Amino acid sequence: MIPLETHLPALQVVVPMLLAPVVVLLRPRGLAWAAATAASLMALAIAIALTQGTLSGELYRYAMGGWEAPYGIELRVDSFSALVLLIVTGASSITLLAGKASLDRTIEASRQPLFYSAWLLALSGLAGILVTADAFNIFVFMEISSLASYVVIAGGTDRRALPAVFKYLIMGTIGATFYLIGIGLIYMMTGTLNLADMSLRIHEVADQRPILVAAGFITVGLALKAAVFPLHVWLPNAYTYAPHAVTAFLAACATKVSLYVLLRFDFVVFQQNLLGHEVQFAAFLMPLAVLAILAGSTVALFESNIKRLLAYSSLAQIGYILLGASLVSLAGLSASVLFMFNHALAKGALFLAVMALAMGYSRLDLQSLAGAAKHMPWTMVAFVIAGLSLIGIPGTAGFISKWYLVTAALEAGTLGYFLVAVIVIGSLMAVVYIWRIIEAAWFEPEAESVTVIREAPVTMLIVTWVAALSNIYFGLATDLPRELANAAAESLLWPLP
Amino acid sequence: MNMESLILAALIVPLAGALLIGLAGRINPNLRELVTLTTAGLLIFCVWSLLPAIYQGDRPGLQLAEVLPGIHIAFQVEPLGMMFAALASGLWLVNSIYSIGYMRGNNEKKQTRFYVMFAVSLAATMGIAFAGNLFTLFLFYEALTLSTYPLVSHKGDKATVKSARVYLGILMSASIGLLLPAIIWTYSVAGTGDFTVGGILRGHVDGPAVGLLLGLFVFGAAKAAVMPVHRWLPAAMVAPTPVSALLHAVAVVKAGVFTITKVIVYVFGIDFLFSEPSSGWLFYAAAFTIVAASVVALRQQNLKRLLAYSTIAQLSYVVMAAAILKPLAEVGAAMHMLAHAFGKITLFFAAGAIYTASKKTELFQLRGIGRRMPITMTAFTIGALSMIGVPPTAGFVSKWYILAGAFQADNYVALATIIASTALNAAYFLPIVYVVWFEKDETPPGSEHGEAPFAAVLALTITAALTIAFFLYNAPAYELESQLVRGQP
Repeated sequence: MIPLETHLPALQVVVPMLLAPVVVLLRPRGLAWAAATAASLMALAIAIALTQGTLSGELYRYAMGGWEAPYGIELRVDSFSALVLLIVTGASSITLLAGKASLDRTIEASRQPLFYSAWLLALSGLAGILVTADAFNIFVFMEISSLASYVVIAGGTDRRALPAVFKYLIMGTIGATFYLIGIGLIYMMTGTLNLADMSLRIHEVADQRPILVAAGFITVGLALKAAVFPLHVWLPNAYTYAPHAVTAFLAACATKVSLYVLLRFDFVVFQQNLLGHEVQFAAFLMPLAVLAILAGSTVALFESNIKRLLAYSSLAQIGYILLGASLVSLAGLSASVLFMFNHALAKGALFLAVMALAMGYSRLDLQSLAGAAKHMPWTMVAFVIAGLSLIGIPGTAGFISKWYLVTAALEAGTLGYFLVAVIVIGSLMAVVYIWRIIEAAWFEPEAESVTVIREAPVTMLIVTWVAALSNIYFGLATDLPRELANAAAESLLWPLP
Repeated sequence: MNMESLILAALIVPLAGALLIGLAGRINPNLRELVTLTTAGLLIFCVWSLLPAIYQGDRPGLQLAEVLPGIHIAFQVEPLGMMFAALASGLWLVNSIYSIGYMRGNNEKKQTRFYVMFAVSLAATMGIAFAGNLFTLFLFYEALTLSTYPLVSHKGDKATVKSARVYLGILMSASIGLLLPAIIWTYSVAGTGDFTVGGILRGHVDGPAVGLLLGLFVFGAAKAAVMPVHRWLPAAMVAPTPVSALLHAVAVVKAGVFTITKVIVYVFGIDFLFSEPSSGWLFYAAAFTIVAASVVALRQQNLKRLLAYSTIAQLSYVVMAAAILKPLAEVGAAMHMLAHAFGKITLFFAAGAIYTASKKTELFQLRGIGRRMPITMTAFTIGALSMIGVPPTAGFVSKWYILAGAFQADNYVALATIIASTALNAAYFLPIVYVVWFEKDETPPGSEHGEAPFAAVLALTITAALTIAFFLYNAPAYELESQLVRGQP
């Protein structure tokens, strides 16, 4: 018998990818959903197994088809990939579990098999980006996940999703093309596509102009994909008009995967080889991160559609993640990675609660939601818990990541004080924009309405509550994400040969 | 029960009570009130059972969880926290009696939510009082802010929500923007945030950084309302009177000065702060607040607003006393927390009783009201005398210790401030007392009224009696608080 354990990295991608065409064939009602959920849960189980392995110090390396690196495609899973895999598969599973009722409503029964198939492809694409150690392979998986996510975003009944997705498609393609140009230039200079191999060989040609140009293309291309301010314009509309379950899934993980690639590339390949790249990286990304925090939060302050409000808040959160990384220190990187995990928890739970709200309310702006807590108290309490985590109130996961980020910033000397001030101001703005929603839902008298609004379905509520409570759990029991984040930061700063 | 389970019980009892109050509220208001009073009684039992051990010098503690390496959710009972918890739990019972009279007398809506949030905020207060380190303190400090918001915005109309937003906005921005960075700073330089006798910061910060850190703490704990972070307190006057009493006497503002005192004594250490000249500004900031707030109070026409500014001044007494940085003054700070609580809760109860009985809120409406409401106005007079610091009331005792501490430090500015503020206090309280008793009643016919409902009158009688009793019998409190600085010359 083949030891299953050794094939885990490949199975992580293969399971959802092979099930995707099968799902298309499942016409009977509900079956496609069940199969997609099962596939997603299997992927989650594999991710958990991989996480356990990396926690015990293992580094998974897998030669695709038996072709050894650097000639063949190598899969490689370390604690950074494991952590993000956990986020991606967890987000997919939990939104599929919670989202059936919502998706049944927005997607016609006849198109559901196609939709769930695209969902699984997006999942396998994202997982693929995380397990592979091959630069070109990353591009392939990036395209798979992007194309599939255009489909799921536009899969609902909201026609406004179409222009939004078109914008996303154009910008996403530009980003991917930039990345590909960069890879091409590096391949031309080094003759390799394997990241580890690349990092060894690039040293000899590090001062050549094509390499510098490649670094520029790759960084900008990935920043576009990751919606780094000011390359974020595709994100708010895509999040706002996508089906609610899709928003919850993508908001929790899609941009983080691009950030993962950005960090991987910059730290593993460029950082140690390009002279002064450390400074360039920090000097380029830190101002953008600060602007993202301030601008994203400011727009969120004045936004009244809550999905769009949360989307702009996501922009700010991407800023925090980048800010940690741009400090180029162990503490900064682990803060950054931890932030990815905890933000996925908070934002995922928030969008799940929004999805539950949407079961009762057709319009999701603050005026329509006045008094919502009276009709949907369970949903709104979950929303409040997740919102507190997003703000970073002690006792929630969000606090832990902000604590780490502030500690890391304080290590940076005088500049650090300025960064702390930015973090604090961003958090205060988060208090205000989250509070606007809470105040509308809890303390404002409801608008005249004729329809009776009832609480969301029980399964949706249970899953939303699990997500919300995990924010508290990981705010108190912080060992798992911290260990993973520390190990991830170490592997970025001092990658193994 | 052993000490650890008593500490836990003090946190859990109000929370469980809140749950039961919520359930009982669906059945019957009388049952709900019974649950509130039982919970309050039970909490008193739990908290006060801890007292004997603290007197004997025990410092029972309890560690719940390690959030980050070196950062725990931990509790430890020491004299200052013990006093705060004992005070808050005791006054909660009296306040609940009063609330029953007030809320029913005014036919307030959403009474169940009111009692539930009241119980939750008491749980948060217990957490603050027993917190063993800065992190735990902050956790419950935020919980108290959030759980009191529904109470402040109870009325729910536009103006109220706007004021409640000021309340929440100032408290939250200060705590997240200033207090939290101060706490993180402390953890990162000292490696710990545990409250330790003698302080933890000596040798870790020096020079101007000490003054800066102290500033972050003092203005971060905006609940203490040191100017300029005092605006939330007058804004919160829109709340129902029992909530004002909770804010001013039982929990909220006390949580602020408690935090500051605790930080000065257990994080900086008074000797360390005394030796750092950059910490000197705090004393002057507090002295300024005392005088300025008293001057503003002089000009108020609304009774509750006047009381609010009086509170701002009285809180800065505590901060100033703590900032004198001498053992006797620290004792005075602790004693003043008690004394002010008794006096101010009486004044608010009286203001609420007047409102319940007659809907009067402005000073000029109060002419001759003493004859219609003799018990209430007697209690009011006692409270006012205590604010001024006239014997035989509680205010005299604490001022005595603060002055003694000022002499220990040869601090004549403190002396002058106290004298000036006493004169100002007299200048705004005595005219009210005069008008109330000696001017002619001009109540228009048809709106005659008597005393407020019995429960309200009973509550304010109790607190007025406490105000006088504290003057006569304050040895236990002194004994407890003198342990606060024992071991520090």
